[in-house]
Amino acid sequence: MIAYLLRRLLYAIPILIGVNVLIFTLFFAVNSPDNMARIHLGMKHVTPDAVLKWKREHGYDKPLFYHGAAQGAGKFTDTVFAHKSAPMFAFQFGAADDGRDIGHDIKNRMWPSLALAVPVFLVGLLVNITFALILAFFRATYVDFAGVVLCVAMMSISGLFYIIGGQFLVSKLLHLVPISGYQGGWDAFKFLVLPVAIGVIGGIGSGARWYRTIFLEEMGRDYVRTARAKGLAERVVLFRHVLRNALIPILTGAVVVIPTLFMGSLISESFFGIPGLGSYTIDAIRSQDFAIVHAMVFLGSVLYILGLLMTDVAYTLVDPRIRLS
Amino acid sequence: MTNINFAFLWTDILIYCLLLVVGLYIWRARGKEHLAAPWRKVARRPMAMASAVVLFAFLAIGLLDSIHFREALPNQKPGAATEYSLEVISQLDRLLKPLRTQTEKTYSAPLAIQLYAMESMEQPDGRTLRGHPRLKYGGAHLGAASQSDVPRLVAQGTLIALLIWCALLITIGQCVTWRALLHGKTELPWRAILLTIGGLLWLGCVLWLLAPKYHVLGTDKVGQDVLYLSLKSIRTGLVIGTLTTLVMLPFALWLGVMAGYFKGWVDDVIQYVYTTLNAIPDVLLIAAAVLMMQVYMDINKDAFASITERADFRLLFLCLILGITSWTGLCRLLRGETLKLTEVDYVQAAQAFGVSHWKIMSRHILPNVMHIVLITVTLQFSSLVLAEAVLAYVGVGVDPTMHSWGNMINSARLELAREPIVWWPLLAAFAFMFALVLAANLFADAVRDAFDPRSE
Repeated sequence: MIAYLLRRLLYAIPILIGVNVLIFTLFFAVNSPDNMARIHLGMKHVTPDAVLKWKREHGYDKPLFYHGAAQGAGKFTDTVFAHKSAPMFAFQFGAADDGRDIGHDIKNRMWPSLALAVPVFLVGLLVNITFALILAFFRATYVDFAGVVLCVAMMSISGLFYIIGGQFLVSKLLHLVPISGYQGGWDAFKFLVLPVAIGVIGGIGSGARWYRTIFLEEMGRDYVRTARAKGLAERVVLFRHVLRNALIPILTGAVVVIPTLFMGSLISESFFGIPGLGSYTIDAIRSQDFAIVHAMVFLGSVLYILGLLMTDVAYTLVDPRIRLS
Repeated sequence: MTNINFAFLWTDILIYCLLLVVGLYIWRARGKEHLAAPWRKVARRPMAMASAVVLFAFLAIGLLDSIHFREALPNQKPGAATEYSLEVISQLDRLLKPLRTQTEKTYSAPLAIQLYAMESMEQPDGRTLRGHPRLKYGGAHLGAASQSDVPRLVAQGTLIALLIWCALLITIGQCVTWRALLHGKTELPWRAILLTIGGLLWLGCVLWLLAPKYHVLGTDKVGQDVLYLSLKSIRTGLVIGTLTTLVMLPFALWLGVMAGYFKGWVDDVIQYVYTTLNAIPDVLLIAAAVLMMQVYMDINKDAFASITERADFRLLFLCLILGITSWTGLCRLLRGETLKLTEVDYVQAAQAFGVSHWKIMSRHILPNVMHIVLITVTLQFSSLVLAEAVLAYVGVGVDPTMHSWGNMINSARLELAREPIVWWPLLAAFAFMFALVLAANLFADAVRDAFDPRSE
């Protein structure tokens, strides 16, 4: 098990290098560091000296991938790519293109993101499972049919509609909570309750339908028939047998998203003015800040790989038949 | 015809290609029982057929909007070469000419004959008066009278729709018994199909009569007709939903099958590629690619003859990049299925006979994974249509000059905060999007049930 995990961790290194190469290539395929310098210094009246100075200050004054004039390994290490990517592996994100410290920003902005994403995840899981159980209990009746149609209809509504509609109804018409903004501590509650509710409602359609299929698949198995043949009530069969066994695929499936909760939600954070990592990313995309986008891509990839790893571990924990080797 | 000059946009050509592919598939599937049987199963589901009718309506509008041309300029010099307008328009634009050209000054509510906001008006006798000025086009046929004739037009439209529908009903009634039709017991679910067609006919006829005289869904900030914007957005949505698939399919298909078939280092490399692509958060990858293309287009401004062509190029690029981010899931599924298939007897037998790898993959494996492709493609369509709106909000969606539901929502989202509120552009965009995505979802469900061997 330990050997397996170590091997998987080593396997992550080429993937992360690949991610860095890809994002570098995309960014610098048409954009040159000179261009970036001009954009950041303002397009008008930029002297070549100022461009050179900006590049030196921000570490873009070397060749991108291959430094022909350097000696030995320096041909590859003395480049923008190596200088910008290597510190990432130690989680040193350096400064943004406008000078702020990215690592510091991420530490600060992580908490609001988590405060939004964790409740959405947990409450969402609970609501979806409950809803799916109800549908499975009434399977092949009109309740089930109506529930599934409702799920499909809810899936077909754009996520933006839930946010815009919810904001309009709850904040503007009913004045129950502030439209947007954020405060630390307990005050956060009144800012978070609406985005959390909207996040949960927006996810019910696909979530509940997916879990319903899992429940129904589980209900077709032999042990369920045996339990019914013993004369157990449908309620007991559902809760004691089906629910427990169906939770295995549901939970192991949910584990993969846990690490990515850190990244925050792009859309709802920026609509509700929550200063988390999601709105940070959007701002960086809009202001074309390469350093921040690069850092977020790296962080996202690390978390994704972590999620895959956790899924593997979760499988062995809940199902003793699976051995990692 | 000399008064128009056809202009083929990149996406147009690809759409025609896609139609050709679908046509070929239908032609092939007709003769083969194992391909036709699941489709007959889909055709027997009332819900699926009702959605198919709605999808066809959307498709028809989208296709009309994919025939592009330049009109000849009026007052040509005789003898000289014909000069064409710089503006590329489509057949749909031509049909909807009144909607396209009748732009008001600013906001007006649905079916209104006056502007939404109060303005100071100069009276004939020199005094100024604050009030709602009359619209330039909306309800202009009424003249001085302010009695709206909407109910009369709606009644007329309903009557026409009813007549056409009855004719249709009688035609269908030749083939099936009335009793079966009424109880929904026919072989094909004619009851559901006819009801849906009836609804669409009614909408179509009423809009046909109303739209030239009123702004049925109001006008937006710069006075454009919202109904026109929504109809034009259909093509964008369809293109993103379908062309993305067309772009990603060859990659996903061959890489997935190759990884599963050859195993070993081929499998390792392909797995490495898709894990790496998957590891990058989707929106960030799309954003980086779109920003890159933006810079490229700024540098090569002269490569595009018109704004339409530039917007079209950007749309195509967006499809490409969405395809790159979304092929990985299908690729993984195909790899898994191929791994299983290589152990099956007939593949082993083919290998023993010395059939070439290429032939085994294309003759024995590919046809047997097609159901996975079909299910994934239909399920993906709706999520791509929805993703367009989100990307427009992030600022990396289709070109701002292109009509799309995402752009409509993005430019209208602050209008709910106005006083008095303007709700119609936002609601129209959401409603159209909802109709398309719901129909696509319901249809995809039926396809999945019919083709997935596990669901019985």
